[in-house]
Amino acid sequence: MNGHRVALAAPRRLLTLTIDGREVKVPEGSTLLQACRQVGIDTPTLCYLENLTPVNVCRVCVVELEGSRTLVPACSRKAENGMVVSSDSERVRASRKLVLEFLASSVDLSLCAPEVSAWMSRYGADPARFGSPEPGNVDRDRTRPGEHSPVSQDGAATVAQPPKLDNDTYVRDYSRCILCYKCVEACGSDAQNTFAIAVAGRGFEARISTEFDVGLPDSACVYCGNCIGVCPTGALMFKSEFEMRQAGTWAPERQSVTTTICPYCGVGCNLELHVQDNSIVKVTSPLDHDVTLGHLCVKGRFGYRFVQSRE
Amino acid sequence: MDLRLGLAGPPTDGEKAAVDSVLGDPESGWDGGTRTQRDGHMAVGGHQARGRRHLLLPALESLQERTGWVSPSGLDYLCTRLSVPPAEAYGVAAFYSLLRTDPSPPTVVHVCDDVVCLSQGAEDLCREMEARFGAEGRLDPETGVGWTRSPCLGRCEQGSAALLQRSSGPNGRTSLAPASADAIAALLGGTDPEWLPAAPVRTPPEQRRLLRRVGRVNPASLDSYRAWGGYQALRAALRMGPSAVVEELKRARLMGRGGAAFPTGAKWEAVAANPLRPHFFVCNADESEPGTFKDRVLLEQDPFAVLEALTIAGLATGSERGYVYIRGEYPEAAAGVARAVAEARRHGFLGPSVMGSDFNFEVEVREGAGAYIAGEETALFNSIEGKRPEPRNKPPFPTQAGLFGRPTGINNVETLVNVLEILTVGGEGYAQLGTSGSTGTRLFCVSGCVQAPGLYELEFGATLAQLLELAGGVPPGRSLRAVLLGGAAGSFVGPQDLGIRLTFEDTRAIGASLGSGVVLVLDDTVDLGAILRRLARFFRDESCGQCVPCRVGTVRQEELLARLSAGRTIGSVQAELQLLREIGAAMRDSSICGLGQTAATAIESAVRLGLLGGLEGSV
Repeated sequence: MNGHRVALAAPRRLLTLTIDGREVKVPEGSTLLQACRQVGIDTPTLCYLENLTPVNVCRVCVVELEGSRTLVPACSRKAENGMVVSSDSERVRASRKLVLEFLASSVDLSLCAPEVSAWMSRYGADPARFGSPEPGNVDRDRTRPGEHSPVSQDGAATVAQPPKLDNDTYVRDYSRCILCYKCVEACGSDAQNTFAIAVAGRGFEARISTEFDVGLPDSACVYCGNCIGVCPTGALMFKSEFEMRQAGTWAPERQSVTTTICPYCGVGCNLELHVQDNSIVKVTSPLDHDVTLGHLCVKGRFGYRFVQSRE
Repeated sequence: MDLRLGLAGPPTDGEKAAVDSVLGDPESGWDGGTRTQRDGHMAVGGHQARGRRHLLLPALESLQERTGWVSPSGLDYLCTRLSVPPAEAYGVAAFYSLLRTDPSPPTVVHVCDDVVCLSQGAEDLCREMEARFGAEGRLDPETGVGWTRSPCLGRCEQGSAALLQRSSGPNGRTSLAPASADAIAALLGGTDPEWLPAAPVRTPPEQRRLLRRVGRVNPASLDSYRAWGGYQALRAALRMGPSAVVEELKRARLMGRGGAAFPTGAKWEAVAANPLRPHFFVCNADESEPGTFKDRVLLEQDPFAVLEALTIAGLATGSERGYVYIRGEYPEAAAGVARAVAEARRHGFLGPSVMGSDFNFEVEVREGAGAYIAGEETALFNSIEGKRPEPRNKPPFPTQAGLFGRPTGINNVETLVNVLEILTVGGEGYAQLGTSGSTGTRLFCVSGCVQAPGLYELEFGATLAQLLELAGGVPPGRSLRAVLLGGAAGSFVGPQDLGIRLTFEDTRAIGASLGSGVVLVLDDTVDLGAILRRLARFFRDESCGQCVPCRVGTVRQEELLARLSAGRTIGSVQAELQLLREIGAAMRDSSICGLGQTAATAIESAVRLGLLGGLEGSV
């Protein structure tokens, strides 16, 4: 990413560490994840994204570090000289497996990127081990902290709940939410500085919420859609996509992506127009684009309907 | 920052007064005051207002205490004052169990049904409460009183406990122990009796060191404290200088008493040596480990000792400001410590030039609002900073980047009070006490099925059998089943382990730990399965929800125990136990903080001890 930028920073010292028995050299300041990726070790991540501050909460990237009592999150742990790291030890595989099982047994992961199911088969994750999914709590947004209804003796609790449809641009379906914090970060100081959403509640009832769960039109939301851009599970989705999926007409295989520049102002944001059957169905921006880093404003993200206007 | 404020309507007079009592009056129309012509010419707020974010939790607590809940308009006004996004402030308010974000009755009674009280008949009390006050958790604002079950309230030696939370009349939070529905009703009808701290200390005065003054000194009187030798340790510390104090701690080989047993001298040295300024020192009085009440006794009955030790810590680590973070369930302790701070400041033991020296030290008392996790050191920093008390990933450690991102020392109350003893008898003398790996004395919170529950101070090296004998053993005619050592994050030991010496090294050798000093004794009258399920519920309710292994793992663990106890296993019992081990391993290996890492420890130890027989048989 940003390979064509002119490097202005001072050259960085190289650190040497060992990963899975191989010697790896990385610049000072690199994370273990960067070191793993540099030597082609496929490391699963869910809450990590190049353009956001690591929050290291999903724990699917954990690796074993010699001398550390617990496993460490590769996405945020900085490499140090002489570290000895295992990315595929029994402990690592067991933890990654359980973390994937925990997520898949409590959240609807069906719209995640295909890598997620690949990781699940790689680690032998079987979410059904915890019992059949329970229907979920319709009052999740009103749950008081530290309280929960009597535990089920048969099934596995889930975050299942109806999607929130409260505006014309996008839909929030928190039954798909793994609480990766990405949308909160994108809404906050990592991109938009709007702070319309935050994590509320705690424990299994922790959730992404506006203040008092008010609808988006009554919140600070400016509909930039940058939360949709970073969401890894489809919990946040263009309303157009949501409606087409409901109607059974959503067909990625019939979609083409055209890269263009946003026509509204002089900033020069790159847009990727996703077109199906000659209609724009959603708009994204490349994560590695110099100007946007994947982020747009309401006009670039949602102001495309004029293109299709016949008037 | 692009805040959208004012949508929830103007605050009521009561809400405005509640917020302003913490923040002072607003200065202009920019921060919620009356808009004047001048406001049109200059902007106020921004970074300056956000620099007071650390007052968010105290202001939320004030709203709760004075208006009964955190309302949309009250929260909006608070956000205007501090320039904090309402969604973030709501996220903070909705984390703490003593804050409510829905209209609630003016009185809410929190009844402890945690492991210790459960072993002493808490379910009977809950049934009484239900008969008198209606269904648990139904906090209907139209009714005058609502009640809810609570995690441990730290009054375990009394056998039952309740916390009354009131938003009308002269009384706010009040503790009651032992608690009964009658006693609660009487308290609701009349005014509070004057608070008389119970004195559950069982160790004879001549054998006490940390508890020397407890029950004998007047906790409200600085003169009384000085008559008992108070502030001589600080005088010595000022004479010795910071590095000599640290050296004494290292010679004493003092280890932290909060649960992690980290060498205190090394911690203080790391803070002192850090060139980044300012430094802070925090006294962790968020004692919430089920079964623990030792810090409460010290805070309530010897508050000046806690302050003196904190001042010494500030001196030794080059800190200018100290914080005492007290759990919200200890209102009497918080009031007593706040009084002591004012008193000490008035007499020159805090504030500018402490005891006439060139050392300046201020102390702030902060109250929690119902969150076990806020006792985790980095979560505690976030709580003080006005953020959600979610633990931070380590490294960086607090000595590198702690409170407000600055080098910070943090110790539990008991650890700090040991410092007074060390400076009195000297590091060498202190190290003579106890064993080679565990020096000094230790406070043990003995509760449950013993004849004399209470606080015991013993030199390290005494065995569990000796401690139980001092506590009178289990009542006649009953037999000991198990002892929970170290609290919910600790582990069970059985009758065969009674010979174990209660030291860091001996408990570690059998895979147990002293934790926070909890010794919960359970005999054959106790439903052990119910105790285990309560432990599982505790961790689920207290998980912050940040990381996946803890957020979901604690739920899966609770469900699995429910299946086992109902006899509705998925596959064989053996398969379920294997799954339980896998869940525990994942939580231990990949959770961010100690809560998730220890959430399976006690339950796994119960399985190893074969206590599952009780679990399978109980429904």
